[in-house]
Amino acid sequence: MSSLFDLLVAGLATGAIYALVAVGFTLLWQTSQTINFAQGEFVMLPAFLMLAAMHVGAPFWLAIILGILMSMILLGLAFKLLLVDPMMRHGVLPLAIATMALAIGIKEAVKQFFSAEASPFPSIVPTGDISILGHAVSLQSIGVLVVAILAVLGLTTLLNRTSLGHQMQAAAQNPTVARIIGVPVERMILLTFLINAFLVALASLLITPIYLAKFSSGEVLGQAAFIAAIVGGFNQVRGAIAGGLLIGVLDNLAAAYVSTQYRAAVPMIFLIAVILFRPQGLLGRAEERTV
Amino acid sequence: MSGFAKPLKIALGLAVVAALIVVPMNFNRYGLFILSQWAVMSIAAMGLNLTLGYAGQVSLAQGAFVGIGAYAAAIMTTHGWPLPAAILVAIALSFAVGWVLGYPALRVQHHYLAFVTLAFSTLAFLVFRNESWLTGGIYGISNIPRPHIFGIATNKPLPFYYVCLGSLAIVSLAVWWLIRSPWGRAFMALRENPLRAQSLGVDTRHYTLMAFAIGSALGGVAGALYAPLTQYIDPVPFNLSLSLDLLMMVIVGGAGFYFGPFLGAMIAVLLPEWLRFTEGYYLMLYAIAVMLLLIWSPTGILGILDRYLAERRTKAASALRAVAKSRLETAQ
Repeated sequence: MSSLFDLLVAGLATGAIYALVAVGFTLLWQTSQTINFAQGEFVMLPAFLMLAAMHVGAPFWLAIILGILMSMILLGLAFKLLLVDPMMRHGVLPLAIATMALAIGIKEAVKQFFSAEASPFPSIVPTGDISILGHAVSLQSIGVLVVAILAVLGLTTLLNRTSLGHQMQAAAQNPTVARIIGVPVERMILLTFLINAFLVALASLLITPIYLAKFSSGEVLGQAAFIAAIVGGFNQVRGAIAGGLLIGVLDNLAAAYVSTQYRAAVPMIFLIAVILFRPQGLLGRAEERTV
Repeated sequence: MSGFAKPLKIALGLAVVAALIVVPMNFNRYGLFILSQWAVMSIAAMGLNLTLGYAGQVSLAQGAFVGIGAYAAAIMTTHGWPLPAAILVAIALSFAVGWVLGYPALRVQHHYLAFVTLAFSTLAFLVFRNESWLTGGIYGISNIPRPHIFGIATNKPLPFYYVCLGSLAIVSLAVWWLIRSPWGRAFMALRENPLRAQSLGVDTRHYTLMAFAIGSALGGVAGALYAPLTQYIDPVPFNLSLSLDLLMMVIVGGAGFYFGPFLGAMIAVLLPEWLRFTEGYYLMLYAIAVMLLLIWSPTGILGILDRYLAERRTKAASALRAVAKSRLETAQ
């Protein structure tokens, strides 16, 4: 039986990965009203791209760079140009359905072209434990936390401290006015898609060594990221971060203290409660009705 | 489809029904299974079309209601109850649960509602999987009997296909009647402009709950037929992807069109079978086909037809106008 401290650390590490995925999810929603049902598959795919690069002989570090670049091209650029752009003007629902179909497509493509079996994936952090306050903590958890925190800090600095970030926020909050004051809105939207692709590739790099690379592993992850995004606040980056950490910890605690059978139910019940009693999310602003 | 003359429409409808009755007579076991599955999924999709297409409430939980119906039927018929009784219980149960699930719809809309129903769908799956005293857990329930209808055993695939087709016919007529009744109008008012509907005296609260409950009840009917069709159920078919599949069927066929669910279910059930010759690629091709269709026509297949007919009508009308105008000019 692991102690509360271990559970918290493990939960925060998983939660940090959820947060990365959830942040990307909210960025897409904010700038282009895209509910990406394929977000989980977006996390699953880059690991396979990296494995493919290693398969043709690239060393691990090069495979990581290639994998991130390829996912930015496929999951960022191509996703936006080929699927989101033609469908954006038709409203939220048809686009959401199209991303569901995309999720099936990605899953099947990986199953067909790579493998239906789970493949091991090298870790960027060495395995082993170190001792903190008398507890053995795995280096993997710490590595995941550090990388995720750095990514989130980098992103929030970009969004809040730079002119580019301000332009992106303007494009998200009010595209019409942003256009009038000279913000290249289209380019800003494209940028959020590239950032999302980068974040999911990073999440893929962090989570795949723990759960193995498998075509179906995106389903659970995608759902966790949805829940994190909504619990935290659909329209806030910091909400998605808080939501991710919260869901990660909740999930781990539920597995230990509730029951392994119903561990998946705890975040769901929490989600329903949040939507019913605080639909804008724990940290979100109330959204004006668009219709 | 008001572009066709009425007798033509009736003739076309009769021809399709006749074909559905006659053609499968020499199908093999597998072909009949697929067609029966189409009928069952059409019923479930029709229910979701009521909730989503007519009343405008997004639900990602229709698969869970199919599961509730299937388990109700499986548990009751393996304990010796007749299937019609099980169907009634499945309807009552799904109606009640659907009614309760409608309450969040009174508070939140659109994507939030989608996520509440998504969470419900996952919870239902966990109950199917974990409450093994009731549902058999991961081992499921096997040897589900097929019913005797008017003393005729339906153990063979063909008679049971007729049971599914007959149920589809009954449900279709009921839905046809419903959307033409004041209820259907109230549902559509709810979809188009809830605020205006309310100001015109439509009890939006009541109709929102009803839209969920009736749509869910049809999911329950589909489940109650699914159990004896496969004769074995376990939790896996009723996970979230069934709800997503059903939603895709409704949108691909054309949400808010009466015939949308039939077409959508046909594409979701039959297209993968027709693509089976491509072996591992068939689901990939299916996904690409769905994306291309939605890019081309976000309102689904019937949306294309609808636009084409509307265009033809405007053309015909402007031609008539031109004729009338020239007549006026010559008269002057």
